[in-house]
Amino acid sequence: MLDLPWRFVAILFANGVLVGSMYALIALGFVLIYKATDAINFAQGEFVMFAGFLAAGATHEAGFPWWISALLSVAGMIVFAFGLERIVLRPLIGRPVLAVIMATLGLGFVLRGVATMAFGGGTQTIPLPVSNAPVFIGPLILPPIELVGAGVSLAFLGVFGWFFLKSRVGVAMRAVADSQQVAMAMGINVRRYFALAWAMAGVVSALGGVLWGGMLGVDNQLALVGLKVFPVMILGGLDSIVGAVVGGIIVGVVESLSAGFLDPLVGGGTKDFVPYLLMIAVLMVRPEGIFGRRRIERI
Amino acid sequence: MLALNNIEVVYDGVILVLKGVSLNAEKGRITTLLGANGAGKTTTLKAISGLLRTERGDVTKGSVELDGERLDRLPAFDVVKRGVVQVFEGRRVFENLTVEENLVAGAHSQRDRSKVKDGIDRVYASFPVLKERRSQSAGYLSGGEQQMLVIGRALMSDPKVVLLDEPSLGLAPMVIEEIFGVIRRLKDEQNLTVLLVEQNAALALDIADHGYVMENGRIVLEGPAAALRENSDIKEFYLGLNDAGARKSYRETKRYRRRKRWLS
Repeated sequence: MLDLPWRFVAILFANGVLVGSMYALIALGFVLIYKATDAINFAQGEFVMFAGFLAAGATHEAGFPWWISALLSVAGMIVFAFGLERIVLRPLIGRPVLAVIMATLGLGFVLRGVATMAFGGGTQTIPLPVSNAPVFIGPLILPPIELVGAGVSLAFLGVFGWFFLKSRVGVAMRAVADSQQVAMAMGINVRRYFALAWAMAGVVSALGGVLWGGMLGVDNQLALVGLKVFPVMILGGLDSIVGAVVGGIIVGVVESLSAGFLDPLVGGGTKDFVPYLLMIAVLMVRPEGIFGRRRIERI
Repeated sequence: MLALNNIEVVYDGVILVLKGVSLNAEKGRITTLLGANGAGKTTTLKAISGLLRTERGDVTKGSVELDGERLDRLPAFDVVKRGVVQVFEGRRVFENLTVEENLVAGAHSQRDRSKVKDGIDRVYASFPVLKERRSQSAGYLSGGEQQMLVIGRALMSDPKVVLLDEPSLGLAPMVIEEIFGVIRRLKDEQNLTVLLVEQNAALALDIADHGYVMENGRIVLEGPAAALRENSDIKEFYLGLNDAGARKSYRETKRYRRRKRWLS
């Protein structure tokens, strides 16, 4: 029997679950856009970074309290996402998928550069009213910011999940994702739903930016959390909200465990690539992910 | 009344597909549009519903009017709000949505929640099998059930005019009978106007009040359905009957007469 330090494992595990829930929130941004418009937004991480900069800027430059800064960041990201959809992405509707991928990829780099120019290269903070004293829950010791972050993330995932599954607008969005032409024939204004999906992704990014920015500090490295979202998406399935949560938690746990056990053996750095190994393995076995929709084929 | 006045449709800016089509679909009547593959029947329907533009087509001349109101400049989703809905050929259900969600999506132009619920109940009353399958993914329904669903979904918008494209395609005769029975009942009870495109001319002329025949982007023949059924050209080329009304054997047809061209 392997003699594992169980308490250590439990702490790593709990940590992974919390951080994973916060990954899930960012992954939700991808899911929303992919579900509604069939486009993959490779600038999702930069969206989060940009939102973080907006919140940090509002706090430090204008001196707003944290919650006004957070609201400003949400509002700013809605406007930003709307504008982006209108100016850059709408002309690309109907073009090959590659065009959209390249456009969002390029946009990511532009955002990173512009943010550094506008807000400076230093790390800024978002002072969230969360104490730094660790919280003890049974045998676990957890940072409160992660508890808050995971709580907010799961709450929003729940709200968006309900919205997609039950509300009239959510059903229409899924109909658009299923077939744009048929949706149009049913009286659904497809373009309006594209814009709505981007705006919702903007809201999610803003929340992610405030939470992650509050935890890690805001600089252009914050965009890298966006990269973590790819294994989350592939694991969970590109178009499933439940999948985003499960995928996020799996990635969080894998990352946390590899940081705890593998890093000391090899001198660190494994947590940055182990989720990708998992992603590649999943792609080989089950390309549509755990909860991704399989194509329904008639035979 | 739905009226097409001399419309011309051009795809990609250069390909002329409809060359001056005029037709009327009278209120509370079933009007059928017959013709061979590629004659322009589906294009005609898309010109009415505004969906041409999603395929780089455009109405370049003429007008489409519903009770005197122009439809041909409206985006597709506004045409639905005016009361004209198209049912695509090939049973295009939202595969990943459940049956009931398909119906909810079909009612998108309805603001009133209670009306949506009434609509769903009415569709289930017309097609009871859909009620049994209400929470199943529409992609897993049988062909007949999917056809019932797309028709039911179109009715959810509470339309005045339904454009039906090949509802009988690939379905068993029993299922076709059920679907056509419902269409006839909707016409009789709710005064629904139907423009029906069909390959199966016998079926179409049986249910329709009035008919048009298209060839090569033009209307070449029109008349009351009863008259078209008796027309000797229609009999020979669409219904497969000879002059005596008996089922014809193609072996007896002279080769050069098999394909009729009204315009030459």
